[in-house]
Amino acid sequence: MIKEFINYISDPIRSFPIMAILFFLQMKFYRTFGTKKFYALLMLIGIPLVFLAATDPNFLLILTWPDNVPISLLILSLGFFTWLSFHKAAVNDARIEAGEPPVEGTPEMREKVWCWPNLVYTELFMMIAATVFLIAWAIIFKAPLEEPANPTWAPNPAKAPWYFLGLQEMLVYFDPWMAGVVLPGIIVVGLLAIPYLDTNPKGNGYYTIKERPMAISLFLFGFLVLWIFLIIIGVFMRGPNWTFYGPFEFWDFHKVQAAFNINLSEFFWVKGLNMPMPRSIFLREIVGIVLTFAYLSLPGFLFSKMKRGKEMLERIGNIRYYFLVFLVLSMGTLPIKMVLRWLFSLKYIIAMPEFEFNL
Amino acid sequence: MFRNGIEGFAKKVRETQVWKSIFRHGPPNNSRNRAAVVAGNVFLHLHPIKLKKSGVQLGYTWCMGGLTFFIFLALTVTGVLLMFYYRPTAEYAFNDIIALREHVPLGIMREIHRWGAHAMVITVWLHMFRVFMTGSYKPPREFNWGVGVILLILTLLLSFTGYLLPWDQLAIWAITVGSNMAKATPFLGHGGPGATLAQIGDFVMVSDKNDVRFQLLAGRFVGEPALLRFYILHCVFIPLVVGVLIAIHFWRVRKDGGISAPL
Repeated sequence: MIKEFINYISDPIRSFPIMAILFFLQMKFYRTFGTKKFYALLMLIGIPLVFLAATDPNFLLILTWPDNVPISLLILSLGFFTWLSFHKAAVNDARIEAGEPPVEGTPEMREKVWCWPNLVYTELFMMIAATVFLIAWAIIFKAPLEEPANPTWAPNPAKAPWYFLGLQEMLVYFDPWMAGVVLPGIIVVGLLAIPYLDTNPKGNGYYTIKERPMAISLFLFGFLVLWIFLIIIGVFMRGPNWTFYGPFEFWDFHKVQAAFNINLSEFFWVKGLNMPMPRSIFLREIVGIVLTFAYLSLPGFLFSKMKRGKEMLERIGNIRYYFLVFLVLSMGTLPIKMVLRWLFSLKYIIAMPEFEFNL
Repeated sequence: MFRNGIEGFAKKVRETQVWKSIFRHGPPNNSRNRAAVVAGNVFLHLHPIKLKKSGVQLGYTWCMGGLTFFIFLALTVTGVLLMFYYRPTAEYAFNDIIALREHVPLGIMREIHRWGAHAMVITVWLHMFRVFMTGSYKPPREFNWGVGVILLILTLLLSFTGYLLPWDQLAIWAITVGSNMAKATPFLGHGGPGATLAQIGDFVMVSDKNDVRFQLLAGRFVGEPALLRFYILHCVFIPLVVGVLIAIHFWRVRKDGGISAPL
């Protein structure tokens, strides 16, 4: 009963909006999230739940599959370090409000200490700990090895290495040229551009959220919700034919998923105007083309007319401003495409299979 | 020898000519020797002699950059050991992996190598996460953030190229899925947008025999040439580039003022 409910809400249609809302709440109430009590509460509820869940054979199977162990490690460590950074930011923000310097800026912390033994011994300890950890991991879990390579028989599902499963999950919503090439390229360019787009001089060298809320919200939304969460879905909840399977669901090869996705041009011409699709490719896709251009140009322009946008435009200049807007809009395409798919079964906004150009 | 206990023995060792020829200063228990031990050691001289207390707090740095570097070293050592046993051909590769498990004494080198590779991806992400949360990419460290982003991508590529080498079903199909993305590169992949435009009469300019996926795999599918290509990328080319970039990264950490702290 509870398992069925968890299976039900784990479907990205429900779990992705839930994650987005949780992320919003976490940013909004980051001081509560950053308290030690909250972390203790999370652990007290979370750890027994995971052990309880592991009694389910299907869940245990995907949890202990050797190549999935790193994901559990990633979730655990990322959860802890997210909390830790929020905790430190909450402490610092309270200090800054009281007119004190952040913890890292107190006279005691500014004091210089000898590298030997302070840093060298810490490093030695961490090296030994890492060695012990890796050897223990290597003894407990054998490295996976399947049957010899056979180019004539493809396993189902065929999954990329886990760190690329966020991209593979995007293939549900985008064609490979977007999910596999253009969007990863934009991610890399966007990461490289961060120091030149974020001109806020505050928050350099200490944990704070209050002094740079927008930068942190944007980055963490992309990192935690879009990148990490999609990896988790891709690893744990995508079975044969990339069909969704809940964490307690058996990977039944015959699970059928009804998928009748329709292009925007079909919505417009056939369903909306009740007429046949035009012969000309560009006329056929005109709505999608106009909407895409509007999406890429209007928000930046309109925001620059508002007070905050105007300030920003004046502070960082035209090029940086419109580049930043482009990056944010590119990131926005994924959730937008998800929502359109779930609400209207929309396949492509622009569909030009003639040029392999489907958006 | 041990007439004066272990302390006395240690003292005697430190007075030998051999010890003094290796370590040219006394034990690091006074300021002068503490400076000398860091400045005079090729490995330790990456560090400043003194640094702000905030920079040695584990709660601030999480040690993730250091761990990433250490795991990289561990992967280099285990990787070299694996290279003694492994032959990158379709005929031998899989059997060599089996032999590594069955016949090599203390056969956990592949395990350490594989789990270490996963761990390195995680520590690199956590390092970037920490650097972002402390705003450490802000001036004067903008360039070093960029070097770090490139290193992050190279880490993923290292792991990705290594994924193929066991030459089992997991390997070739994961690489097939991954490299099929290259097929869809706009204008440069034969399945990507714009490829059909690059056609003069009957002459197809971008086909599956010359597009980016072909360059990556040295073929139209994941076969033996791809194995050799990934092997060289994994064992030689990318580690060399990563090594150079790590040197730049560490050098710039020092030159940009050490571990970040409030201005």
